[in-house]
Order: sequence, then structure tokens, then C-alpha cells
Amino acid sequence: MATLELSLDEDVAAAPARRVRRLGPLFWLATGWMIFVFAVAIFAELLPLPSPTDMDMLERRAPFSLAHWLGTDGLGRDELARVIYGARISLVVGLCAPIIGLIFGGALGMLAGYFRGRFESLVVGSMDVLLAFPPLILALAVTAYLGQSILNLTFILGVLSIPAFMRVARAATLTLARREFVIAAQALGATHSRILLRELLPNVMLPLLAFFLLGVAVIIVVEGALSFLGLGVPPPISSWGSMIGEGRESLEVAPRLAFIPAIAMFLTVLSFNLVGDTLRALTDPRQGAL
Amino acid sequence: MTDNTLLSVDDVVVDLPTPRGNLRAVDHVDLRVGAGRTLGVVGESGCGKTMLSRAILQLLPKKAKLSGRVMFDGQDLLQLSPEKLRKLRGRSLAVVFQDPMTSLNPVLTIGTQLIETLQEHLELDDATAKKRSAELLAAVGIPAPEQRLQQYPHQLSGGMRQRVAIAIALSCEPKLLIADEPTTALDVTIQAQILDLLAREQRRRHMAMILITHDLGVVAGRTDEVAVMYAGRVVERAPTPALFKKMRMPYTEALLAALPKIDAAPHTPLPAISGRPPDPTRPLKGCSFSPRCRYADGRCHNEKPALAEAESREHQYACFHPIETGVGASV
Repeated sequence: MATLELSLDEDVAAAPARRVRRLGPLFWLATGWMIFVFAVAIFAELLPLPSPTDMDMLERRAPFSLAHWLGTDGLGRDELARVIYGARISLVVGLCAPIIGLIFGGALGMLAGYFRGRFESLVVGSMDVLLAFPPLILALAVTAYLGQSILNLTFILGVLSIPAFMRVARAATLTLARREFVIAAQALGATHSRILLRELLPNVMLPLLAFFLLGVAVIIVVEGALSFLGLGVPPPISSWGSMIGEGRESLEVAPRLAFIPAIAMFLTVLSFNLVGDTLRALTDPRQGAL
Repeated sequence: MTDNTLLSVDDVVVDLPTPRGNLRAVDHVDLRVGAGRTLGVVGESGCGKTMLSRAILQLLPKKAKLSGRVMFDGQDLLQLSPEKLRKLRGRSLAVVFQDPMTSLNPVLTIGTQLIETLQEHLELDDATAKKRSAELLAAVGIPAPEQRLQQYPHQLSGGMRQRVAIAIALSCEPKLLIADEPTTALDVTIQAQILDLLAREQRRRHMAMILITHDLGVVAGRTDEVAVMYAGRVVERAPTPALFKKMRMPYTEALLAALPKIDAAPHTPLPAISGRPPDPTRPLKGCSFSPRCRYADGRCHNEKPALAEAESREHQYACFHPIETGVGASV
């Protein structure tokens, strides 16, 4: 049999070096902003900041000055300190709530998409029920009975994000479970747990992580909306949403009180989206991902 | 029936419920593969070849109904517990699929996929498993195997990927390898390489093989026995030399005639088999090939011919009007 042993070793040398792609200035700006926000939020206590809750009734709505870089709010509290301490709340809630959704929604979605049958109907049905329930009423009910706290807020937002993660995980699993490599794994004697964890999870993780970063952005905004409505963190703790809500009262006199936290939120959410998209494209080992 | 039969498939029927009615994908098939022997299963698309291989592996779609008996190495696969069956798959029963683009996990490295299969069935530590993986890649003709282990499937060419798939299938020294159209998705120049590789490894490991293909040319020099399938049934079965010397079933003849000949003049039209295979949800009363067969008469349309023994015990065919003279001697 005439075999052609032509191209056996010509591309071996060049293959391992992964080409470094240009990330662009936008990505670095977004990463820089995220690092900055995280750093000041984490080290807020070490910064030479006035207390975010100390009121100074003589300095209400003070303009920008050396003592108060971003001025003071309607109760004379330092605006910069409140934005920085507010970042803590927004970031903690914004990261923890989607993690709840990612873990529970992802697991339910993968199991539903892989095993199908009655379990899938049950999961999809209960998620539809959860989706159909007005989220604001749920948030109201939970805060009414369990009280306003960061933990409860994270819990509500986490539960509310489960259906979306479930749907993403299930849709990805449904298409992947029919692919030949899953049948090949079965033909090689893999257990269900191995197929789910080793074959499907790394594939499902990519869309889930991209969705997670989107989820962080959405949850930060939703937390802001809830705090704006007075359902979020209890005063005097500041979060970006509650600051916008408080700033609303003096929108005509001092619009900056609403706009400063709004700009912080806008830039952070935008950064999460930009970084999320780029990282997903970069880490996707599948062909033609970028 | 030989004494060292490794796999015997008896009276296997696979029914798939579809919205248009019951689809009989495999219709009363009997097959036998001896240890270290090669069986070629030939037929056009949709004739039940893949469903037959899935039935042997017990990897049919959940809704499919299977009846009959599949004996492998003294065990009835249909009676085995899922756990025992799982241990058997990959360990003594392995598969190579048609498309290496989809049969490898796109987000795991070659090394991970090989090492995990090895560790699943053989209790090897990480270093030994890694060493074995590199040896396996070298055995299937992949240069620089150490580097290849770090790579993802998309960094390899189609032929390389199929070699990796073969290495994974061979990793636990199976007794039977089912190759389901292993070369259909590859370039013609790579096809011969992969088939030769399979034949070489089969001889070296003394492993039995079922080679499923739609190409009679592929089975010609590489199998001990050939079963020709049509519409879910085996219509002719013979040792390979006997089949090519004297084929009896008109369908086999038509399949062979549809192969391009290397000595034919350029632009010679290929004699295609007219018509299409029968709708498997509406079984015919007579021979399923009768609507397309040029020898068919009234009896063919009304009565189903049984797979009967002919002049020798090994050569069986299901036809009322077998071809009398050999036609394929030139292949």
C-alpha cells in the first residue's frame, strides 16, 4: 500500500507557542478600573478617608474641596468615602449572588440537560414558576420577614438568578450531550459523573462564565435598583443604589450626589462586560473562538 | 460456529419509535466474530450499520427497543448490569468513530483524554499513565508525542486526530475494536494510512475488529469476512476472498459496480444504484432490494428471501435469483 508520509513532523515545532493576541487599550482600561475599584474597596479602612457615616450638619451638600474631595451629601457625609464603602456592598452582592446562581443553576441545568426525562420537566417547570413570580414582590416578602441585610439581599438576588443560569447550562448541555465525544466517552466506559464533570463541565463552563460576568453587571444594577427603592442595604450603610436614591431628593440642587455613584456603577458594569467578553474569547480553546 | 468466537450477535432487532411510526433499524441480524479476526460490515447510508454497532455496545438511544442476544467473551451483554457493562466498554470493547472532529472533547488536551481513559480502567499512577500515553501516541505514528499530549484537538489535523482516537481506543488493549467508518471523514491519502495503522495494530495486539464502511474497496484487502447489509438486514455474508470471487446478491454486485475503477477510461460514468433504500418505517412484504433490483420478479416482491447457506457453509445470501458468475475478480 502506497502511503504518503509527508507532513508528519513539519508543524510540531511551531505548535506549542500560543500566539499572544493584542488585547487593545479598552481592555486594559477596563481591567485597570476593576483593579482600582477592588483595591480601594478592600483597603478602604487603610485609606485616609473620613468616616462614611459621620454627619456634619454644617457642611451639607458641600462642593468639592480638599477636605471632601467629592463634597458631602445631604446629611454632610463625605461623598468619596460613601462611594468607596458603597463599592464594597455592590461588589460583594454583585459577586456572591451570581455565584449562588452559577452553582445551583449550573448544576441543575447540567443534570436536567444530561439526564432529561421527568427530572428535566420538574426542574424546568419549577424554574418557570420562579421566573413567573414577580421578583420585586419576592424581594419585598423576604426583606419584610427576614429583615434588611446584605446577606438577605445576596440570597434573594442569588435565588432570582438561578433560572437564568439553569437555562444557559441546560441549553449548552443539551447540544453537547448529543455530540459524539460524549458517546465516545460512554463507549470507553466512563461513568455518568465522569461524563458530567470531565467531559461536559469544561465545555459548559465557558458559556456559563461569560454569563456569570454579565450576571455580575446585571446584579450590581439590580442591587442599585432595590436599594434605590429602599429594599436594599439598611441605612446608614451606603451602596451605590441607595446613594443614587438619596441623591434623587436633591437632584435639582446638587445633581452630582446622584451622578457620582451612577458613574461609578456605570464604569464598573461596563468594565465587567468588556473584560468578560475578552476573557471568554481568549480562554476558549475551541477553534475560531476569537 | 468456530470455537474461539469472541462476539456473537443472534437475531438482533433494533426498533426506533419515530413520529412516523416504528422504524426497524436492524432486522434479525446474526453475526459472528472470532478472536483476532476482522469482519467487514458494508452497506449504504441508513442501512443500520451504525445502529448495529451501537446495539453491540449497548449505546442505543434511550427510546430504542432491542431484542435478541449479544454474546461477548462468554457474557450476554443484554443481561449485564450497567456497572459491569461500563467496565467492559473501553476495557475489552472499544470503538473508533467516524468523525475525529467530534469524537474528541474540544476543551480537553489530548493528554488528559488519554490519561483519564487509562486511569479509568487500569490502576496506573500519573507518571506511568503519562508514559503509556506517549508510547501509545508513538505507536499510532504521531511524532513528538510528549508535546502532542499538551495540545488540544483543534491544533491537530484530521488524520492526526483520528490517530489519537485510535490510540485512546487501543489504550486498554481491547479484545474487540469496532471501527465505525473510521476513514469516511478523512482525505483519501490519509484513509489508506489509517486503515493500514488499524490493520497493523490489530495484528500486533491480536485483537478482533469490526470494520464498518460503505466502501467495498476498504474491506477488500483488510477483512477476513464481509457482511453486506441492506435495509437493516444482512443480505450476503462470505469470507472476503470468496465474496469478491463470486458474489451472489445483486445488491453486492451493484455496490461493487459503483466503485470507481482505476483502469477505466477518464469520464466513464459510474453505474449508480437507481432509486433509494426503502422507507424503514414501512417495511416491504418481499425482498427489500426488489424495487431497485434488475433481476426482481413477482416472487421477489411478495416473499422475503431468507439468508441461506449456498455452495459453502460460510457463504450465505438472501436472494431468489443469485448471480451465477463472479464479477468482482478484478478488484
